[in-house]
Amino acid sequence: MSEERVIDVHGLTKRFGDKTVVDHFDIAVPKGAIYGFLGPNGSGKTTTIRMLCGLLLPDEGEGQCLGFDVRREAGRIKAEVGYMTQKFSLYEDLTIRENLDFVARMYGVKNRKSRVDGALADLRLVDRAGQLAGTLSGGWKQRLALAACLIHDPKLLLLDEPTAGVDPKARRDFWDEIRRLSKVGVTVLVSTHYMDEAIQCDFITYIAYGKKLIDGRATEIPTMVGLTTWRAEGQELVALEEQLKDQPGVDQVARFGSALHVSGTDAAALAATVAKFQSDKRQRWSEVPAGLEEAFIYLMAGARDNFSRDAA
Amino acid sequence: MNLRFSLSRFVAVLWKEFIQMRRDRVTFGMMIGLPIVQLMLFGFAINADPRHLPTLVEVNDDGPLTRALLAGMDTSGYFDFIGQVRGPDAGEEALRRGEANFVVVIPADFERDVVRGLRPNLLIAADASDPSAVSGAAAAMSGIVNGAIAQTLTGPLSPAAGAPLPFEVIVHRQYNPEGKTSTNIVPGLLAIILSMTMVMITAVAIVKERERGTMEMLISTPVTPLEVMLGKILPYVFVGYVQTAVFLVAAFAVFQVPFTGTFTAFFFGFNLFVLGNLALGFLISTVAKNQMQAMQLSFFTILPSILLSGFMFPFAGMPGWAQTIGTGVPATHFIRLIRKVMLKGAGTFDVTSELTALGVIVLVITVVAMLRYRQTLD
Repeated sequence: MSEERVIDVHGLTKRFGDKTVVDHFDIAVPKGAIYGFLGPNGSGKTTTIRMLCGLLLPDEGEGQCLGFDVRREAGRIKAEVGYMTQKFSLYEDLTIRENLDFVARMYGVKNRKSRVDGALADLRLVDRAGQLAGTLSGGWKQRLALAACLIHDPKLLLLDEPTAGVDPKARRDFWDEIRRLSKVGVTVLVSTHYMDEAIQCDFITYIAYGKKLIDGRATEIPTMVGLTTWRAEGQELVALEEQLKDQPGVDQVARFGSALHVSGTDAAALAATVAKFQSDKRQRWSEVPAGLEEAFIYLMAGARDNFSRDAA
Repeated sequence: MNLRFSLSRFVAVLWKEFIQMRRDRVTFGMMIGLPIVQLMLFGFAINADPRHLPTLVEVNDDGPLTRALLAGMDTSGYFDFIGQVRGPDAGEEALRRGEANFVVVIPADFERDVVRGLRPNLLIAADASDPSAVSGAAAAMSGIVNGAIAQTLTGPLSPAAGAPLPFEVIVHRQYNPEGKTSTNIVPGLLAIILSMTMVMITAVAIVKERERGTMEMLISTPVTPLEVMLGKILPYVFVGYVQTAVFLVAAFAVFQVPFTGTFTAFFFGFNLFVLGNLALGFLISTVAKNQMQAMQLSFFTILPSILLSGFMFPFAGMPGWAQTIGTGVPATHFIRLIRKVMLKGAGTFDVTSELTALGVIVLVITVVAMLRYRQTLD
């Protein structure tokens, strides 16, 4: 790849006690890309992000982030990374302005006063600058947190489930902002649970139990998963869904609006099953290209909550 | 790691900490109010040499010696006569019920037997279930008896008084001639006040940051551990100074505790002690997972500071193992130092051993805390 890589790490491994949380993880993130980081709870997404921005020292593995060694130059990486934590992590007992000002001071931002004023204006929070951050609603807290991690014009944004618990409108606005930043050359690595957010990413990597299962351009993911999908439209879809579930070749049945998408990795077996149902004239069948949604559902279904593995 | 120290980041952390401290009214009020409340409680309420103890008398023989004796007890201030009893059972009952601390029994024919040189028994039954309550009064008795004898058995009766002791015992109560408890308690109280607030507030301030998740944001910025630690700890050093100022003013103005030593000696010891407490709070913060644990661990460290340091009970009276534990408690050395400085007129040179001990303890705690801090940052 000729394009400049902002993150390029190999074999990243982190263990807590005898539990391997991240297991030989590789990732290469090109400049200006939006890289989606997917996986169930406890799969090691947060730990990986923390290792990339120098909050945790990897037990194994090496590589660079923004041209700095992830092991030895954490301090220089931190200066150019904007990290947004999963939980609101600004000071609830400081005002909005005090929080922005504090973060700006931590990064040694030049022209701090005007930079903070600018951020407040962008947020449309000038009137409420003196309000305590703890009194803001979830959506506003998230916007404030984003503004705080952008205050030093970072080259790389690491966002750890930034939209958890935020209403749909605020989530859309948030993603508009992410895309705008990506256009001006900011690289974004974002972890998420939401499918509608995953499809907005340029690249997607999916991890489960600390291991990378799949990694590639968002457009290539369905091919990589290797799903064949048939679409059924018509009446009695609920009954059909029940009947299809345990048929040979059927790995998943998902509702898409007024249609059913039936997918499987074994194309021949799936085709045979569909042929049996095609005689029923209440539904119309057609083969459609498998999309990212199907791939995503397939991956999510394969790996349940990773915390439950020990119990199983 | 980039370990270059940035003054502006340090000042930012410091300033942030002050703003948060100011907004947390309850904690702030506690920091200033606690020394005052404790001074008033300990200074006024505790009396190791109690007077005006309720006393009953069983008088089976009335005469000038008995009257002089009872008058002497009355004027000593230790005994308040609340009434007379008849027969041994009544006195016993009053003691058991806690109505009286003492029952004085003057036996029949007391005066006659004294004059005849028969050495009769004068019984003072004391409720010694609380020994410290009655020990002062009991100790005062021999003086009272001697006074009564000298007053009554004069002239022809003087042979009955017996020969005076071949020597005279003079106890010179130095540094606290009136034996005031507040003079003993108040200086040591500074150690307790500082232990309570400094350890707990530092531990909680750091653990709070981790519990709320703000520590993660903080260390994701280029700020260095040293900037964070200094920025978070120094505001509490300032609090310690304010508490000490409040304390000193109250000690002079309200309790008239003298300050006879040099301020330099006090200053060195005080700063070492504050540093030790902050380091201890810091150490606790590396162990505690949440604010509740931080509080509990802080209280755990405060108990030996109160009980084993010589603050409440004489250090020399403890068994060897307890003294060993007490020697490891910073408050022990600070209490010795401050008593020496305030009451005994000590200068820096006189408190070298206390300063050295404090220095060693501070060093050990700081090193352990720093080692642990690096581990938990990861």
